[in-house]
Amino acid sequence: MKKIFGGPVLCLDRSDINTDEIIPAKYLTEVTKEALKPYILEDLSLDGFDAKGAPLKNAQVIVTRGNFGCGSSREHAPWVFEVNNIHTIIAESYARIFRQNMFNCGMLAIELPKAQIDTLVDMAKGGALVVSVDLPAQRISATADGREESFSFELSPFDKALVEAGGWVEFADARY
Amino acid sequence: MGQTTAEKIFAAHLRDEPFPGTKVIDIDRVLCHEITTPVAIADLEARGKDRVFDNTKIKAVIDHVTPAKDSKTALQAKMLRDWAHRHDIKDFFDVGRNGVCHAIFPEKGYIRPGFTVIMGDSHTCTHGAFGAFAAGIGTTDLEVGMLKGVCAFREPKTIRINLNGKLPAGVYAKDAILFVIGQIGVNGATDRVIEFHGSVVEAMSMESRMTLCNMAIEAGGTSGICQPDAVTVDYLWPFISGEFASKKAALTEYGKWCADADAAYEKVLDFDMSQIGPQVTYGYKPDCVKPVAEMVGTPVDQVYIGSCTNGRLEDLRIAAKILKGKKIVDSVRGIVSPATPQVFQDALKEGIIDIFMQAGFCVTNPTCGACLGMSNGVLSDGEVCASTTNRNFAGRMGKGGMVHLMSPATAAATALAGSIALAKP
Ligand code: SF4
Repeated sequence: MKKIFGGPVLCLDRSDINTDEIIPAKYLTEVTKEALKPYILEDLSLDGFDAKGAPLKNAQVIVTRGNFGCGSSREHAPWVFEVNNIHTIIAESYARIFRQNMFNCGMLAIELPKAQIDTLVDMAKGGALVVSVDLPAQRISATADGREESFSFELSPFDKALVEAGGWVEFADARY
Repeated sequence: MGQTTAEKIFAAHLRDEPFPGTKVIDIDRVLCHEITTPVAIADLEARGKDRVFDNTKIKAVIDHVTPAKDSKTALQAKMLRDWAHRHDIKDFFDVGRNGVCHAIFPEKGYIRPGFTVIMGDSHTCTHGAFGAFAAGIGTTDLEVGMLKGVCAFREPKTIRINLNGKLPAGVYAKDAILFVIGQIGVNGATDRVIEFHGSVVEAMSMESRMTLCNMAIEAGGTSGICQPDAVTVDYLWPFISGEFASKKAALTEYGKWCADADAAYEKVLDFDMSQIGPQVTYGYKPDCVKPVAEMVGTPVDQVYIGSCTNGRLEDLRIAAKILKGKKIVDSVRGIVSPATPQVFQDALKEGIIDIFMQAGFCVTNPTCGACLGMSNGVLSDGEVCASTTNRNFAGRMGKGGMVHLMSPATAAATALAGSIALAKP
């Protein structure tokens, strides 16, 4: 399936969101990605957040804080985003395994400095925030309620290659 | 310029550097369990790549939910079992012979100094106790590991943590690592390897070192690593005595993985461990850590002793010493899960299981079970568990449940009191 980078944003304004919050362990008994779909962020503790609400349903991008995806190694965490059409995450920082899993699945885990995340969170308060991603130029543009901002981001050459190859399995099998 | 242990291991295993800063290394051990591996198997099958790179370097166990609790977990076990048979993976541990992955694989002697180890499980860092580079990975990395025996990492930077002094009586490896995580935070070591040094680590058994390294991931660490020494050689001797003329020869060989005196660390942190007391967590993050003394009297509904952190014989011995001849309070459900069949048998022989049962504990078969809220002791909404596991995330042991992480000694004392308590030395 072709990945879509960018789109309507949902802000999760909290640090240290862990993989148990993204997809609780009790659903790890599923053996297909699609079956995970209804359980996305089911156990997230965040004031005002509704795991069944429209903002999550419509979102294609998550903007969040530091150490996103800490905890378990479960790739079910990126998958539950993938099957919910969220292929881009923008955060201050990530837990290593989660970040690698995102790129291994051919998805984007973009890191931006705190001040720029502050700006995005602030813009989302003003109205519906939409982000577009220019992968070759490594820039994102954000618009909300007439306000526009644009930031550059960095991907390692390896991460970029994985996103372009559509993931690590094909890349590795061809090379090793 | 000298090298850290991780740098030495990376240099010796380097297969490729496809891009600057990305190291693809050869893997000595690809470990598998039934939660993250079946999805990898299914994906490899779908890609027409159902192969394995080396069936002697791949080890597999059914451990998270075992025996299966329902048809879904039965299917996961079946997928792993069928695949293991299909590829003739000899070191595969099924019901009756299975135990918690990070306890059973080291116990079988599969992990050696200088090895590279990956597994689709975040607590793979446990195996660093042997002077190995061991990292948790996701399913895609696991697939590539199974298929090609390689894994890609960013160049590892190392934080050196010196645990100085001597742990006071009644203070254990679990208290030490909880204390460290409390100090450096849940992302204090993200993308970093933690190298543990100091007199406290040198004095530790392999079991304690595994407890220490097990929780490196709770500070975000890629791997926790101890220096291989005489303790490591003694532990491994039953498995390596055919390879070396003497323990001394093994020590010389393994010693080459020790960090050089002039190795460059990103950071060096010194902690005086002589002053700390037993530690416990209070919130929903493993860095919410306090001395037990400040939490005494907090009521609990369940006490759980087990897991890859603290379900080994040493842990059961410590708890049994406190429980001996006593009964836990009626208001508490006590559950103990020896981490492997070997631990279970040894505990039986030593009379430890008797002590637990007479105290009123339920003894379960070796499994992860309650640790991740899958089976054998899941909490109900609003319940509190005193647990020797490694994660206190909201809902970890059951939706709406609260987990306090602690040592087996504190857990045993808590079971007797019905609320968080300090073990009497
Ligand atoms: S005992 Fe708990 S932490 Fe350890 S491998 Fe099993 S589920 Fe994971």
